[in-house]
Amino acid sequence: MATKEEILEGVKEVLVEALAVEPDEVTPEATLVDDLGAESIDLLDIVFNLEKRFDVKIDRGELIPEDLLNNPEYVQEGRLTANGLEELSKRLPNANLDAFKMNPMVQNLAKVLTVSDMCHIVETKL
Amino acid sequence: MNWYWIDRFTVFESGRRAQAVKTISRAEDYLRDHLPFHPVMPASLVIEGLAQTAGLLIHESHNFKKKVVLGKIQKIVFYNTDLVPGDTLVFNADIDYIKEEGSMASVSVSRDGELIGEGVLIFAHLGEDFAGRDLFAEGELEDLVRAYGMYDIGVMPDGSRIPDPSLVKKSPAT
Repeated sequence: MATKEEILEGVKEVLVEALAVEPDEVTPEATLVDDLGAESIDLLDIVFNLEKRFDVKIDRGELIPEDLLNNPEYVQEGRLTANGLEELSKRLPNANLDAFKMNPMVQNLAKVLTVSDMCHIVETKL
Repeated sequence: MNWYWIDRFTVFESGRRAQAVKTISRAEDYLRDHLPFHPVMPASLVIEGLAQTAGLLIHESHNFKKKVVLGKIQKIVFYNTDLVPGDTLVFNADIDYIKEEGSMASVSVSRDGELIGEGVLIFAHLGEDFAGRDLFAEGELEDLVRAYGMYDIGVMPDGSRIPDPSLVKKSPAT
Protein backbone atom coordinates (compact mmCIF):
# COMPACT_ATOMS: atom_id res chain seq x y z
CA MET A 1 0.00 0.00 0.00
CA ALA A 2 1.51 3.28 -1.10
CA THR A 3 1.76 6.10 1.41
CA LYS A 4 0.31 9.56 0.71
CA GLU A 5 3.84 10.80 0.07
CA GLU A 6 4.48 8.04 -2.45
CA ILE A 7 1.19 8.79 -4.21
CA LEU A 8 2.01 12.50 -4.38
CA GLU A 9 5.44 11.67 -5.76
CA GLY A 10 3.93 9.40 -8.42
CA VAL A 11 1.26 11.95 -9.38
CA LYS A 12 3.95 14.60 -9.57
CA GLU A 13 6.01 12.47 -11.95
CA VAL A 14 3.01 11.96 -14.20
CA LEU A 15 2.10 15.66 -14.24
CA VAL A 16 5.68 16.80 -14.88
CA GLU A 17 5.82 14.45 -17.86
CA ALA A 18 2.34 15.20 -19.21
CA LEU A 19 2.38 18.97 -18.78
CA ALA A 20 6.10 19.71 -19.18
CA VAL A 21 6.19 21.66 -15.92
CA GLU A 22 8.91 21.89 -13.29
CA PRO A 23 8.55 19.50 -10.31
CA ASP A 24 8.41 22.38 -7.82
CA GLU A 25 5.35 23.81 -9.60
CA VAL A 26 3.41 20.65 -8.80
CA THR A 27 2.21 21.43 -5.28
CA PRO A 28 -0.88 19.77 -3.77
CA GLU A 29 -2.84 23.02 -4.07
CA ALA A 30 -1.90 23.72 -7.70
CA THR A 31 -4.84 23.59 -10.12
CA LEU A 32 -4.31 21.56 -13.26
CA VAL A 33 -5.77 24.06 -15.70
CA ASP A 34 -4.92 27.52 -14.34
CA ASP A 35 -1.67 26.79 -12.51
CA LEU A 36 -0.20 23.96 -14.56
CA GLY A 37 -1.68 24.84 -17.96
CA ALA A 38 -3.51 21.58 -18.65
CA GLU A 39 -5.85 21.39 -21.64
CA SER A 40 -8.61 18.83 -22.12
CA ILE A 41 -6.41 16.41 -24.09
CA ASP A 42 -3.88 16.58 -21.25
CA LEU A 43 -6.48 15.25 -18.83
CA LEU A 44 -6.75 12.15 -20.98
CA ASP A 45 -2.96 11.84 -21.05
CA ILE A 46 -2.85 12.23 -17.26
CA VAL A 47 -5.51 9.55 -16.71
CA PHE A 48 -3.67 7.08 -18.96
CA ASN A 49 -0.39 7.66 -17.19
CA LEU A 50 -1.86 7.55 -13.68
CA GLU A 51 -3.37 4.19 -14.61
CA LYS A 52 -0.02 3.00 -15.90
CA ARG A 53 1.98 4.37 -12.98
CA PHE A 54 -0.31 2.99 -10.25
CA ASP A 55 -1.86 0.03 -12.10
CA VAL A 56 -5.40 1.27 -11.47
CA LYS A 57 -8.46 2.07 -13.60
CA ILE A 58 -9.79 5.60 -13.60
CA ASP A 59 -12.96 6.64 -15.39
CA ARG A 60 -13.08 10.09 -16.90
CA GLY A 61 -16.27 10.62 -14.89
CA GLU A 62 -14.22 10.41 -11.73
CA LEU A 63 -12.07 13.29 -12.91
CA ILE A 64 -14.89 15.40 -14.32
CA PRO A 65 -18.19 14.03 -13.01
CA GLU A 66 -19.97 14.17 -16.35
CA ASP A 67 -23.00 12.23 -15.13
CA LEU A 68 -23.58 14.99 -12.62
CA LEU A 69 -23.22 17.64 -15.29
CA ASN A 70 -25.84 15.96 -17.46
CA ASN A 71 -28.40 15.78 -14.66
CA PRO A 72 -31.04 18.56 -14.83
CA GLU A 73 -31.41 18.34 -11.07
CA TYR A 74 -27.83 19.52 -10.73
CA VAL A 75 -27.39 21.76 -13.76
CA GLN A 76 -29.75 24.38 -15.11
CA GLU A 77 -28.93 26.78 -17.92
CA GLY A 78 -25.29 25.76 -17.82
CA ARG A 79 -24.85 26.49 -14.11
CA LEU A 80 -24.68 24.12 -11.17
CA THR A 81 -27.63 24.40 -8.81
CA ALA A 82 -27.28 24.37 -5.01
CA ASN A 83 -27.93 20.62 -5.10
CA GLY A 84 -25.36 20.28 -7.84
CA LEU A 85 -22.72 22.11 -5.83
CA GLU A 86 -23.45 19.95 -2.80
CA GLU A 87 -23.08 16.80 -4.87
CA LEU A 88 -19.92 18.13 -6.48
CA SER A 89 -18.38 18.73 -3.06
CA LYS A 90 -18.96 15.06 -2.25
CA ARG A 91 -17.42 13.92 -5.53
CA LEU A 92 -14.37 16.16 -5.24
CA PRO A 93 -13.83 16.31 -1.50
CA ASN A 94 -10.39 17.87 -1.76
CA ALA A 95 -11.24 20.50 -4.31
CA ASN A 96 -11.42 24.11 -3.21
CA LEU A 97 -14.71 25.13 -4.77
CA ASP A 98 -14.91 28.63 -3.28
CA ALA A 99 -13.96 30.45 -6.47
CA PHE A 100 -16.06 28.11 -8.61
CA LYS A 101 -19.15 28.73 -6.47
CA MET A 102 -18.95 32.43 -7.32
CA ASN A 103 -19.68 31.56 -10.95
CA PRO A 104 -20.55 27.86 -11.15
CA MET A 105 -20.66 27.57 -14.91
CA VAL A 106 -20.11 24.00 -16.11
CA GLN A 107 -17.25 24.99 -18.41
CA ASN A 108 -15.31 26.30 -15.41
CA LEU A 109 -15.41 23.00 -13.56
CA ALA A 110 -12.22 21.55 -14.97
CA LYS A 111 -10.41 24.56 -13.55
CA VAL A 112 -11.02 23.50 -9.95
CA LEU A 113 -9.18 20.19 -10.20
CA THR A 114 -6.02 20.22 -8.12
CA VAL A 115 -3.01 17.98 -7.73
CA SER A 116 -4.49 16.96 -4.40
CA ASP A 117 -7.67 15.78 -6.19
CA MET A 118 -5.56 13.58 -8.43
CA CYS A 119 -3.89 12.07 -5.37
CA HIS A 120 -7.26 11.47 -3.75
CA ILE A 121 -8.61 9.68 -6.82
CA VAL A 122 -5.55 7.44 -6.97
CA GLU A 123 -5.70 6.78 -3.22
CA THR A 124 -9.30 5.57 -3.45
CA LYS A 125 -8.23 3.11 -6.14
CA LEU A 126 -5.34 1.46 -4.34
CA MET B 1 -1.12 16.31 -52.83
CA ASN B 2 -2.03 13.04 -51.12
CA TRP B 3 -1.50 13.12 -47.39
CA TYR B 4 -0.61 9.44 -47.19
CA TRP B 5 2.57 8.72 -45.30
CA ILE B 6 2.58 4.96 -45.25
CA ASP B 7 2.83 2.63 -48.24
CA ARG B 8 1.57 -0.63 -46.84
CA PHE B 9 0.70 -2.46 -43.66
CA THR B 10 2.90 -5.50 -42.98
CA VAL B 11 1.43 -6.44 -39.57
CA PHE B 12 -2.03 -5.62 -38.32
CA GLU B 13 -3.42 -7.18 -35.15
CA SER B 14 -6.81 -5.67 -34.40
CA GLY B 15 -6.84 -3.57 -31.24
CA ARG B 16 -3.20 -4.41 -30.45
CA ARG B 17 -0.46 -3.47 -32.85
CA ALA B 18 0.38 -2.56 -36.41
CA GLN B 19 3.47 -2.28 -38.53
CA ALA B 20 3.65 -0.34 -41.78
CA VAL B 21 6.39 0.46 -44.25
CA LYS B 22 7.13 3.59 -46.21
CA THR B 23 9.83 3.99 -48.81
CA ILE B 24 10.97 7.55 -49.35
CA SER B 25 10.81 8.51 -53.02
CA ARG B 26 12.72 11.38 -54.58
CA ALA B 27 9.54 12.22 -56.48
CA GLU B 28 7.85 13.41 -53.28
CA ASP B 29 7.07 17.12 -53.52
CA TYR B 30 8.53 18.27 -50.23
CA LEU B 31 12.00 16.98 -51.09
CA ARG B 32 12.36 19.76 -53.66
CA ASP B 33 12.61 22.28 -50.82
CA HIS B 34 13.69 20.23 -47.83
CA LEU B 35 16.59 20.52 -47.99
CA PRO B 36 18.12 21.93 -51.19
CA PHE B 37 20.88 19.57 -52.41
CA HIS B 38 20.36 17.31 -49.39
CA PRO B 39 16.81 15.98 -49.55
CA VAL B 40 15.67 14.48 -46.25
CA MET B 41 12.24 13.49 -45.00
CA PRO B 42 11.34 15.93 -42.20
CA ALA B 43 10.76 14.44 -38.76
CA SER B 44 7.31 16.05 -38.71
CA LEU B 45 6.24 13.86 -41.64
CA VAL B 46 7.72 10.80 -39.96
CA ILE B 47 5.49 11.61 -36.98
CA GLU B 48 2.54 11.86 -39.38
CA GLY B 49 3.38 8.38 -40.69
CA LEU B 50 3.49 7.06 -37.13
CA ALA B 51 0.19 8.79 -36.34
CA GLN B 52 -1.45 7.30 -39.45
CA THR B 53 -0.22 3.82 -38.54
CA ALA B 54 -1.53 4.10 -34.96
CA GLY B 55 -4.62 6.08 -35.93
CA LEU B 56 -5.84 3.54 -38.48
CA LEU B 57 -5.19 0.75 -35.97
CA ILE B 58 -7.43 2.56 -33.48
CA HIS B 59 -10.03 3.37 -36.14
CA GLU B 60 -10.27 -0.29 -37.08
CA SER B 61 -10.64 -1.37 -33.46
CA HIS B 62 -13.78 0.80 -33.35
CA ASN B 63 -14.97 -0.61 -36.66
CA PHE B 64 -14.33 2.83 -38.22
CA LYS B 65 -17.31 4.28 -36.32
CA LYS B 66 -15.48 6.80 -34.15
CA LYS B 67 -13.85 10.07 -35.13
CA VAL B 68 -10.26 9.44 -34.11
CA VAL B 69 -7.81 12.33 -34.29
CA LEU B 70 -4.27 12.84 -33.08
CA GLY B 71 -4.70 14.97 -29.97
CA LYS B 72 -1.23 15.16 -28.52
CA ILE B 73 2.33 14.03 -29.06
CA GLN B 74 3.07 13.10 -25.48
CA LYS B 75 6.66 12.26 -26.24
CA ILE B 76 8.81 11.82 -29.33
CA VAL B 77 12.54 11.34 -29.61
CA PHE B 78 14.61 11.03 -32.79
CA TYR B 79 18.04 9.43 -32.78
CA ASN B 80 18.70 9.99 -36.47
CA THR B 81 16.91 12.30 -38.87
CA ASP B 82 19.02 11.75 -41.97
CA LEU B 83 16.26 9.94 -43.86
CA VAL B 84 16.87 10.07 -47.59
CA PRO B 85 15.27 8.85 -50.83
CA GLY B 86 15.52 5.08 -51.12
CA ASP B 87 15.27 4.51 -47.39
CA THR B 88 12.49 2.24 -46.23
CA LEU B 89 11.03 3.23 -42.88
CA VAL B 90 9.22 0.75 -40.67
CA PHE B 91 6.53 2.29 -38.47
CA ASN B 92 5.41 0.38 -35.38
CA ALA B 93 2.39 1.19 -33.24
CA ASP B 94 1.21 -0.59 -30.10
CA ILE B 95 -2.02 0.40 -28.41
CA ASP B 96 -1.41 0.94 -24.70
CA TYR B 97 -4.87 2.08 -23.67
CA ILE B 98 -8.24 2.51 -25.32
CA LYS B 99 -11.07 4.32 -23.56
CA GLU B 100 -14.37 5.67 -24.77
CA GLU B 101 -12.96 9.18 -25.09
CA GLY B 102 -9.44 8.47 -26.30
CA SER B 103 -6.48 6.16 -26.82
CA MET B 104 -2.77 6.06 -26.15
CA ALA B 105 -0.25 4.33 -28.42
CA SER B 106 3.48 3.69 -28.18
CA VAL B 107 5.16 4.17 -31.54
CA SER B 108 8.60 3.70 -33.05
CA VAL B 109 10.26 4.03 -36.44
CA SER B 110 13.27 2.10 -37.69
CA ARG B 111 15.36 1.78 -40.85
CA ASP B 112 17.27 -1.40 -41.66
CA GLY B 113 16.90 -2.49 -38.04
CA GLU B 114 18.22 0.81 -36.67
CA LEU B 115 15.88 2.55 -34.23
CA ILE B 116 15.32 6.02 -35.67
CA GLY B 117 12.80 7.39 -33.19
CA GLU B 118 10.15 6.49 -30.66
CA GLY B 119 7.38 8.12 -28.70
CA VAL B 120 3.88 8.10 -27.30
CA LEU B 121 0.83 9.52 -29.07
CA ILE B 122 -2.54 10.41 -27.57
CA PHE B 123 -5.65 10.21 -29.76
CA ALA B 124 -8.98 11.85 -28.99
CA HIS B 125 -12.24 10.18 -29.98
CA LEU B 126 -14.49 13.05 -30.93
CA GLY B 127 -18.20 13.03 -30.19
CA GLU B 128 -20.63 11.96 -32.88
CA ASP B 129 -21.77 15.51 -33.42
CA PHE B 130 -18.31 17.05 -33.57
CA ALA B 131 -18.50 20.15 -35.75
CA GLY B 132 -21.74 18.75 -37.09
CA ARG B 133 -19.99 16.88 -39.86
CA ASP B 134 -18.17 13.69 -40.63
CA LEU B 135 -14.38 13.71 -40.90
CA PHE B 136 -14.42 11.01 -43.57
CA ALA B 137 -16.90 9.92 -46.18
CA GLU B 138 -18.76 6.65 -45.61
CA GLY B 139 -16.39 3.77 -46.38
CA GLU B 140 -13.41 6.05 -47.06
CA LEU B 141 -11.24 4.65 -44.28
CA GLU B 142 -12.06 1.06 -45.20
CA ASP B 143 -11.00 1.86 -48.77
CA LEU B 144 -7.81 3.42 -47.46
CA VAL B 145 -6.76 0.47 -45.30
CA ARG B 146 -7.67 -1.88 -48.16
CA ALA B 147 -5.31 0.07 -50.41
CA TYR B 148 -2.66 -0.33 -47.69
CA GLY B 149 -3.16 -4.10 -47.77
CA MET B 150 -4.62 -4.33 -44.28
CA TYR B 151 -7.32 -6.83 -45.22
CA ASP B 152 -4.64 -9.06 -46.81
CA ILE B 153 -2.73 -9.51 -43.55
CA GLY B 154 -4.93 -8.20 -40.69
CA VAL B 155 -5.97 -10.57 -37.92
CA MET B 156 -8.46 -10.41 -35.06
CA PRO B 157 -7.39 -11.16 -31.44
CA ASP B 158 -8.49 -14.80 -31.91
CA GLY B 159 -6.23 -15.17 -34.93
CA SER B 160 -9.00 -15.12 -37.53
CA ARG B 161 -8.72 -12.74 -40.47
CA ILE B 162 -10.25 -9.28 -40.28
CA PRO B 163 -13.15 -9.50 -42.74
CA ASP B 164 -13.10 -7.10 -45.67
CA PRO B 165 -16.54 -5.45 -45.60
CA SER B 166 -16.53 -5.19 -49.40
CA LEU B 167 -16.37 -9.00 -49.62
CA VAL B 168 -18.90 -9.78 -46.92
CA LYS B 169 -22.01 -11.07 -48.66
CA LYS B 170 -25.09 -9.11 -47.80
CA SER B 171 -28.12 -11.07 -46.68
CA PRO B 172 -30.77 -11.20 -49.37
CA ALA B 173 -33.63 -8.80 -48.79
CA THR B 174 -36.68 -10.45 -47.33
